[in-house]
Order: sequence, then C-alpha cells, then structure tokens
Amino acid sequence: MSCFYGDFQALFDVSLHVDEGETVAVIGANGAGKSTLLGTVAGLLRPARGEVRFAGAPIGRQPAFRRVGRGISLVPEGRRLFPSLTVRENLLLGAQARRRGPWNERRVFEVFPLLEAIASRSASALSGGEQQALAIGRALMANPRLLLLDELSLGLAPIVIQSLYAALPSIAGEGTTVVLVEQDVGRALAAASRAYCLLEGRISLEGPTSELTREQVTGAYFGV
Amino acid sequence: MTEATAQAEPQPAVRVVRRTWFSVGGAVVVAAGLGVLVAVPWWASEGQARNLVEFFTLLALAQMWNLLAGYAGLVSIGQQAFIGIGAYSLYLLGDDGGVHPFAAVALAGLVAAAISLPTALLAFRLRGGYFAIGTWVIAEVFHLLTINGADIHVDTGGGEGVTILSAARLERTFRAHGTYWWALGVGAGSVLLAYAILRSRLGLALTAIRDDETAAGSLGVGVLRQKVLVYVIAAFGCGLAGAVIYLNLLRVQPDAAFDVNWTAYMIFIVVIGGIGTIEGPIIGTILFFTLQQELSDYGVWYLIVLGGVAVAFAVWVRGGIWGLVSRRFVLELFPVRRRVVYRHGERARAPVSE
Amino acid sequence: MVWVNAVVQGILLGGLYALFATGLSLVFGVMRLVNLAHGDLIVLAGFLGVVFTHDLGWNPLLTLVVIVPLLAALGFVGQLAILNFTLDSGLSPLLATFGLSIIVQNTLLEQFSADQRGLSAGTIETDSIRISNEISLGWFPLTTFLVAVVLLVGLQLVIRWTRLGRALRATSDDRRAAQLVGIDNRVVYAVAMAISLATVAIAGIFLGVRTSFAPTTGPTRLLFAFEAVIIGGLGSLWGTLVGGVALGIAQTVSAQISPGWGVLGGHLFFLAVLLLRPRGLFARADAS
Repeated sequence: MSCFYGDFQALFDVSLHVDEGETVAVIGANGAGKSTLLGTVAGLLRPARGEVRFAGAPIGRQPAFRRVGRGISLVPEGRRLFPSLTVRENLLLGAQARRRGPWNERRVFEVFPLLEAIASRSASALSGGEQQALAIGRALMANPRLLLLDELSLGLAPIVIQSLYAALPSIAGEGTTVVLVEQDVGRALAAASRAYCLLEGRISLEGPTSELTREQVTGAYFGV
Repeated sequence: MTEATAQAEPQPAVRVVRRTWFSVGGAVVVAAGLGVLVAVPWWASEGQARNLVEFFTLLALAQMWNLLAGYAGLVSIGQQAFIGIGAYSLYLLGDDGGVHPFAAVALAGLVAAAISLPTALLAFRLRGGYFAIGTWVIAEVFHLLTINGADIHVDTGGGEGVTILSAARLERTFRAHGTYWWALGVGAGSVLLAYAILRSRLGLALTAIRDDETAAGSLGVGVLRQKVLVYVIAAFGCGLAGAVIYLNLLRVQPDAAFDVNWTAYMIFIVVIGGIGTIEGPIIGTILFFTLQQELSDYGVWYLIVLGGVAVAFAVWVRGGIWGLVSRRFVLELFPVRRRVVYRHGERARAPVSE
Repeated sequence: MVWVNAVVQGILLGGLYALFATGLSLVFGVMRLVNLAHGDLIVLAGFLGVVFTHDLGWNPLLTLVVIVPLLAALGFVGQLAILNFTLDSGLSPLLATFGLSIIVQNTLLEQFSADQRGLSAGTIETDSIRISNEISLGWFPLTTFLVAVVLLVGLQLVIRWTRLGRALRATSDDRRAAQLVGIDNRVVYAVAMAISLATVAIAGIFLGVRTSFAPTTGPTRLLFAFEAVIIGGLGSLWGTLVGGVALGIAQTVSAQISPGWGVLGGHLFFLAVLLLRPRGLFARADAS
C-alpha cells in the first residue's frame, strides 16, 4: 500500500505479510515509515492505495476502535497512557473490547510483575520502563490476535529494554502474532523469526532473521 | 548556477507577486463604485441613504469581528460592549462635553480603544470558548454599569436611555449627509483597514498564529501582543461604528446598545459570507441586509432560519459563500497571499535524494 | 445579622448555580467544547416544565421524570448528528452552539411569547425554617442545594468507579489512544452531552420553581454557570460547587448593599477572581 500525510508520501507500494503466530520485525531509521505502517494496520491512517487484509478478509475502512474488536491491538509510539487513570484502571480500559482469551489482569501481572506493585499508582507517575510495560499490558488485555509494538525500546535504558524483551516469548507463546517495529536492530532481529527493513518508505530488505547478514542489514538500513 | 567569472548579478529565477488579473480588474470596479457611493447624498432618497448607513456600519462591525475571529482566532461575543461604549461616548462628549457630534464620533472610537486595553487584561486570562464568554461578561458589566450609572456619578440616563441632543440640534440635511459620509468612511475604511493589516507584517504574524500558535511563538512572533493589538483595533472599529449607528438613530438605550444581538449579526454575516477573508464579510453583509429587509415581516422565524443556516455553515461550509466561490475559481478580489512566479515558466525541481 | 442572612441565602443560591455549572463543566472537561446554548437549554427545560404543569397539571418535580430523559436524548442525538463534526476546529463548535442558542431562544419566543413564566410547586416554595429573626432557610433553596450536592457526588462516583467513567476520562486524556483500546469517541462524546443535558433539565426545573424565566433569560444563566466554573477552577467538579456558592454570596451581598447591584456585583466579583486568581480557587494542576 501507499500512504500519504497530506502531500508527503510516507509509504511507496509497500507489501508485507505476516503469518499467524509469527513474530516479525520491521526495522529502519527515523522517518522510514515504520510507524506509518503500523498506524495503517491499526486503523489510525488510511492508505491512499492498497489494502490491509486480516485473517484473509480485507479490513476495508474500519476505524481503529473497531479493529480492536477484531483482534488488532497497537502499542503506540510514546506509549500514550491515560495520565488521569491508575495503572489498574489503564489495564481495565484495555479490556474495553471484551474479547475472550488468556489475557487478564492476573496474567499481565505474571508477565510484568513490576506492575502489580504499582497497581494503584497514577499512570502519570511511572518510570519509562513501567510505562512501557503498562502500555503492553493494556494492549494485551484486549486479547489480540495481532499485537503491534511501535518502538518498544525508545528512550529506555538497556536493562529495562532487556526485561521487556524477556516478556515477548510469553506473549508469543500464547499464539499471539507480533509485529515489532524497532530502531534497535539487534534486539529486534533476535526476537523475531522474519524481518523487513524499510528505507524512506520502501522495503529494502526482507527475509528470515537467521539468514540475514550484518552487512545486508546495515546496507538496507542506511541505504548504502 | 552562475559562472565563476565577474559578471552582473544573476537575475533571480523567481518573483513574489500579489496581484492577479482578477484583483486588478476588481480594483477598478471598486474604485468606480466608491465614486458612486460618495455621491449618494445627491442622487439617493433620504430613506435609501439611511439604509446605506445601516449597511455600512454593519459591514464595519462584520469586518472587525472577522479580524478577531478569522485572523487572530479570537471568538468574541462581547463586541457589543464597544458599540455601546461608542454610542455613550458620543452622547457624553457631544451633550456634556460640548464637542461637535461629527468630531465626537472619532473620539468615541478612541475612547473604545482606550477602554479595551484594561478589558483585554482581563479577557486574555481566558482562552478559547471561555474567552468568548468572558468577553460577554465584560459587555454585560458595561451594560449594567450604564444602567446604574447614577450610582457612580456618571449621568448615562439609566435604563430609560438618552437622546443625543447635540446631534439632534444639527440642521437636518447637514446631519443626514454627515452621518452618511461617516458611515461610508467607516464601512469602506474597515475594509481598507483589514486589507492593510493583512498585507502588513501584522497580517503575516496573524496568519502564522492562526495556523500554529506554538510554532509562531517559537519563531519570535509576540503572540499575545499581536492578539491584544488586534483586539484594540477591533474595539476601535466597533466603537466608531457604534457611534455612527447612534448618530443615525439619535436615541440610545442601554438594552439596545449593549445587546448581544449585535454580535449575533456579526457572526451570521461572517460565517455565512466567509470567515478569514475580506470579501466574505462584504458578501455576508449584502446577504444579511437583503434578508433583513425582505423577511422582517416574518418576525422570529427569520432569526430561527438564519440561526439554522449559520449552524449549517459553521459545521459543513466552513469557508462560507466566498470560500465556496474562491475555491472553485481560485479568486482573490483583495489579494493578500503572495505567490511565487517562476521566470520563463520554469517549475522548481524537488531536490533529488541521494 | 442581615449580612449573615445574605451570606446564607447566597450559599443556598450557590446550589442552584452549581446545578447550572455542572453540565457546562463536564462537557468542557471531556471534549473541550463550550456549549454557548447551555443557558438557553436550561430555559428550554423550564418551558417544557411549563407545558407539563399547566397543560397536564403535574407537579413540577414530577416532570423531571420525563424531561430529564428527553433532554438527555436530545443531547445524545445533537452531539452525534451535529456537534461531533465541529470538534476538529476551535471556532466551529462555538459558532454552531451560538447558532443553536439563537434557534432555541427564538423558537421559545415563537411558542411562548416573551412573558415571564414560572413553575409552582406548592407550599414548598415559600416554606422555610426560621433560624432567627433575620435568618431563615427556605425549604426549596435548601432542597436545591442538597440536590446539587447529591448530583455532584453521583457524578463523581460514576466518573471514578464505572466503566463509562473510565471511558470518559480516557477519551478526555487522549482521544486517539482511547480509540486504540476500542473506545468509539463519538459515542463517548454523545454520552457526555446526554449527561450534561440531564443536569440541565434538573437545573431548569429547579430554576423555574425558584424564580420566573422568559425565553431571553437563557444567556444570563450561561454567564452564571460559566462564572461558577471559572471561580471554582477548571477541572474540578467540587470546584463548581464552591464557585457557585462564591458567586451566589457575591450576588446576594451586593444586592444587600444596593438592590440593583446583585447581578453586577457577581460579575465584578468574577472579574476580580479572574484578575487575582485566574486559575480559580480549586484548579487542578493539569487542568487546561
């Protein structure tokens, strides 16, 4: 598909596919179009050309809040928690869509134990790592079939990023399909089975992560 | 690219222009029209002249409201404060102060501008919709102070109202002609004032503020200062218009002079005519005035319909009638936008990404 | 002692003003919309009350059973059909609600003429509790005050503890993020407006019993509601009660000083607060 912000074209005929249960990484530099891609899948943006197909059926023009009900959950860049709600209330909100599945408050606390301790704290008073954990937890509460993670590691200390990534296997283990957008190439490739690289709105590389070489990735990332 | 030899300065590849063929043609028509209008007292009946006084003062009010809302982003529902202040200043200066009414009109505008400064201090502590209501409260304060004027030793005639005797005593034709020319001056002047402002640096600053206030502020545009300046100018215009309106009517009552319906009329005119343009209020005033004459028999239904149309325009036809017209035909009668013209019809090429 | 009575009456009057202000404040909090037709809708509710009491002989307080849902439905539909389309602009909602204000006022004028009307609720209107020679608490003003408190408590409970309340707070915080958890903000806004107009209905009936009203008195109620909100401080529902009480006291004390100065005194007090404490008496730190 192709996506525009006004006159500015962000994506040029980008095509990718994700199989159920896979963890796919989308890497690329700032401004490459990664967030645009996720935003389009989640329903925040509409592609000028092309379409999104989910579980075989075209998703059409469904607005974002309906896609949550179908099983697509986005953890947006910058987390975007609700500052006037507590941690617990943020999680409860995640369940607004009332989808059935393995994820509930208790299960989220199992995967992110740090959240349980601060359950009554206001979301505006959390550290970066706590916020990201909460954002993921909130998305999980909707029991998504497809979880979209946008820039998980942005602005976080390495040790915090490590603990967040450690939770990914539990999530994938439940059968959730994960698409991971990252600038931190190493972790993204380690966590995923396949990867795409975006460069200025176009796909510059794709393939199983086990087969991609460092040179290939660097070349595709920077366009050299 | 220029060659690295000593030569005359390279011709710029672009020019920045504002004129369009339409605007130049329009200017000629407008100039001719103005000539006709100035001569009105000699060829039109007294009734027609009085109608035109109403028309031009409404136009001025609309231009002022448009300046505030369309360009500075300030929605005021309290401009009637300055209309009333203009009217009562005319009365106090003329009757108590002994100033000639025609001169008092000009002073009334200045009084309104002066009073608008402290009110700006209060009003600008609020933003958006609350700013709007705040201006209304301020207008109500002036309204009530005028009614209770006796308590604070200012003789404003109380709730009954007053007659502007200093004007009433003028010779009739003299007063009629003078009032008309004042009205024409105020009406045409408001259009020219708006045009001048928008072509100036203030206008550029306002457009920037309207588009993105934070960005404008970070570029050094004194956002608050520009807004206050526009507020004061609009107060001046409304005060002037108010004085002329009541110079025409001769009888001032607080409930009428400070009536929020003045603002309602301004809003209708600008929203339906086309907000944020100079042509819009002109069209809107013509439309509103015609409707008012034709539909005055229908009483409140006319206002209900007008309200409905205003709502419809505010929601779905944001640019008003002029917005529809100018978008379809890319017209600008009063050109304020600058266009870039390429030499030899060259088009600039986008930089190639490496 | 006369002054103490003025203050007491002002406090009770504040209850009515808090009723006026609650709906205005709620809608602003959730969607940053200032409903310029708010006061006229209060008066509309009053006139609906007139229809039910005069034509059907109902007790005014009984009419609430019909008028509250009626106005709530009106708010829900109006928001969905019209106002939701204005929220992308700063000017548009103000212009649209101002237009609606004109429509409501003139429709009422057309239907009911410009005469002052009132609702009579029987002896409760004039019964009072005598505290002393100069101080008495009218039963009706007291009831109004208590209703205001109960309403505010109820709203606070809904906002803090219910699913709807969370959705309201979330949408108010971040509309797009709310979409990402499955909240349709168009519906949330419509519900907020419905609640707002439900409070307007209550305010209108209580106003009608307490004093007389006419089609053109709507705007003044809007001004009082607005002043109560600003004096109390944006973002705080309890602030609305405090603001209403402060305004009420300012008005009654001013009227005590000089009879024609009641309303004007309230306005001047408001301007003083605006000048000296523009955030209001109870502003929340993150209120906009």
